[in-house]
Amino acid sequence: MPLSRRAALRLIAALPLALAAVPAAARETLTFAELYGKVGVLGLEFSEKVKRLAGERIAMLGFMAPPLKAEAQFFVLTSVPMALCPFCSSDADWPDNIVVVYLGKKQTFVQPSQVIEVTGKLEYGSWTDPETGFLSLLRLRDATYRTV
Amino acid sequence: MRRFFAALAAATALCGTAHAATVYPLDRATILVNSPFDFKVELDSVVSPKDLKVTVNGASYADALGGSAQFVPEETDKKGKVLGSALILRGVTLAKPGKYTVAVKAGGETRSVAWDVYATAAQPKAKNIIFFLGDGLSVAHRTAARIMSRGMTEGKANGRLYMDDLDRMAFIGTSSTGSIATDSANTMSAYMTGHKSAVNALGVYADRTPPSQDDPKVETIAEALRRATKKSIGVVTTSEVEDATPAAVVSHTRRRADKADIVGMFYGVKPEVLMGGGSAYFLAKGIPGSKRKDGKDYIKLFKDAGYALTTSAAELEKAPASGKLLGLYHTGNMDVALDRLFLKKDTVKTFPDQPGLVEMTQAALDRLSKNPEGFFLMVEGASIDKMSHPMDWERAIVDTIEFDKAIGAARAFVKTHPDTLIVVTGDHTHGISVIGTIDDDKPGTEMREKVGIYDGAGFPNYEDKNHDLYPDRVDVSRRLAIFAADFPDHYETFRPKMDGSFSPTIKNEKGDYVANEAYKNVPGAVLRIGNIPKFESTAVHAVDDVVLQASGPGAEAFKGYMEESDVYRVLADVFALGK
Repeated sequence: MPLSRRAALRLIAALPLALAAVPAAARETLTFAELYGKVGVLGLEFSEKVKRLAGERIAMLGFMAPPLKAEAQFFVLTSVPMALCPFCSSDADWPDNIVVVYLGKKQTFVQPSQVIEVTGKLEYGSWTDPETGFLSLLRLRDATYRTV
Repeated sequence: MRRFFAALAAATALCGTAHAATVYPLDRATILVNSPFDFKVELDSVVSPKDLKVTVNGASYADALGGSAQFVPEETDKKGKVLGSALILRGVTLAKPGKYTVAVKAGGETRSVAWDVYATAAQPKAKNIIFFLGDGLSVAHRTAARIMSRGMTEGKANGRLYMDDLDRMAFIGTSSTGSIATDSANTMSAYMTGHKSAVNALGVYADRTPPSQDDPKVETIAEALRRATKKSIGVVTTSEVEDATPAAVVSHTRRRADKADIVGMFYGVKPEVLMGGGSAYFLAKGIPGSKRKDGKDYIKLFKDAGYALTTSAAELEKAPASGKLLGLYHTGNMDVALDRLFLKKDTVKTFPDQPGLVEMTQAALDRLSKNPEGFFLMVEGASIDKMSHPMDWERAIVDTIEFDKAIGAARAFVKTHPDTLIVVTGDHTHGISVIGTIDDDKPGTEMREKVGIYDGAGFPNYEDKNHDLYPDRVDVSRRLAIFAADFPDHYETFRPKMDGSFSPTIKNEKGDYVANEAYKNVPGAVLRIGNIPKFESTAVHAVDDVVLQASGPGAEAFKGYMEESDVYRVLADVFALGK
């Protein structure tokens, strides 16, 4: 797990150049660095930008983590390609700075090293997926994605 | 995740078929007198209770074990398949030491196991025990830490690690009940309960039923201390406090990933000092960053139970000098010493004021030693392992140096508290070896030509000008050449990872771990095709023995080859827990 967490949080320092590119669409964009206003031992605070954009369709760049379950209707969008540790046996071991993407309709899987742009309706706050029990803080609903 | 469940299913299936019936505790179990344990018999077939005969030393089990067991007509796997009948009796205690032979007969199934129930010395040998657990600590970590920290001239070390001068030594076998290979859960659990168990299991024998918290329990050292003494308990780690090693001091679960429940198990035992990372599992669901799925607010619960909470090194320094202490310094695992002290990579910018293992150990000793009855303190150097998995050798070795400095703090404490046993050991090893040096000034363009071997290795050129025992830089021109015996596909860069910890693989759509191309363009990097299954993301644990060292009263019991479960017996004897 430290690998995944660290690898993911490291994005802030080592943002791949590709991610710096501005998404083509004119809609609002959000980066992984902009998700939280404060990260502390006693909890996180969503950023003002997340609160402002909630409910709107926005675009984010990131990487698709391999589906948690083949049948799941969602995938996890991460800031860097993810490698999970040998004992990451639950969704709880994902880092905080992930966004869960619920697709409007099924799309083909892309390689984990491929940068994708996801567009969807932003939603924030703790939410447990009723089917899988997957706990998420940030979601993109009714989403679509394309490779960049 | 699916692999975990597959492994669990396979393990439980094997338990059922290897013998006609399975009895927990297993054959050759060593059991401390008066320590509660759960007794379970698993049969391969469905039988009627009247056809099941269980005796202990020839007498009826109910008389011998002090109670009538629950008969389960049919146990099932997670798909509902019937596995056979079972008999369960929880909370058995045996007051009389000696050999106990349990014989089971049910239709065509028979099984006989023998337990060694042991008493201890009547008088404690030491008042305090400090148990240092270097997660994954292998011989090469020690050698590399000594050379990197103290240097070497003409073949002789220029200085000694603190652990180098402990008096006694033993080779420790780390294997699990289901496999020669092992993980940090069952290994630490064996040290902390005296019972070996299966990979991923803590404080339980691994039975065949799917739920993770119904498995036959054994007593943890923390529970034994609460039952038999008035000593204080401390748990200090650089990982999440719910991670397998610290969890093993208090926990009972088949599944080390039950981290939210493990916080509750800590709360049940209430160690006087609990320090490390992993605050996310203390926060009530709904607080962003919480990893709980219930509304329990363990920050509040611990505070209400009288704990002082500290969340940074500065707060730790100002914390009350006595009383119960909860230190949570990271939502997840704490950053490693190389990042915290030098490189400021990984999550150091997010959590800029994390205390180190030495400060946490000292803070724990200051508080625990105020109990006139004594204490048990477990200190874990967690990231020796966590950085050896991804083969980030510099981070693993600098953390070994930090771990050793914490041992130094304990040895200074012992000077004024000689009635203290110090134990230093690992839970399992890694396939790590130091084979020479990597010398950037050797001729050639291929990095392998710069690997100094035999006489060509010479000595590394690390420096420690400020005498803090850490190398001033790890990216020196002639550095240690450290390699792994086992590895996934990855790019070998022959260099320290100065921009953040090494992430050797990423997962593809087939679920295979492939080399992380982020390192492909590091000058000199070469692709290493792995020699372990593609479903594994990092280098794995080795089966090699661990070296245990100890000093202080009772340390003489550590010698020769011992099983991890035998180490508990020494700890119990030193504290006279079975007098």
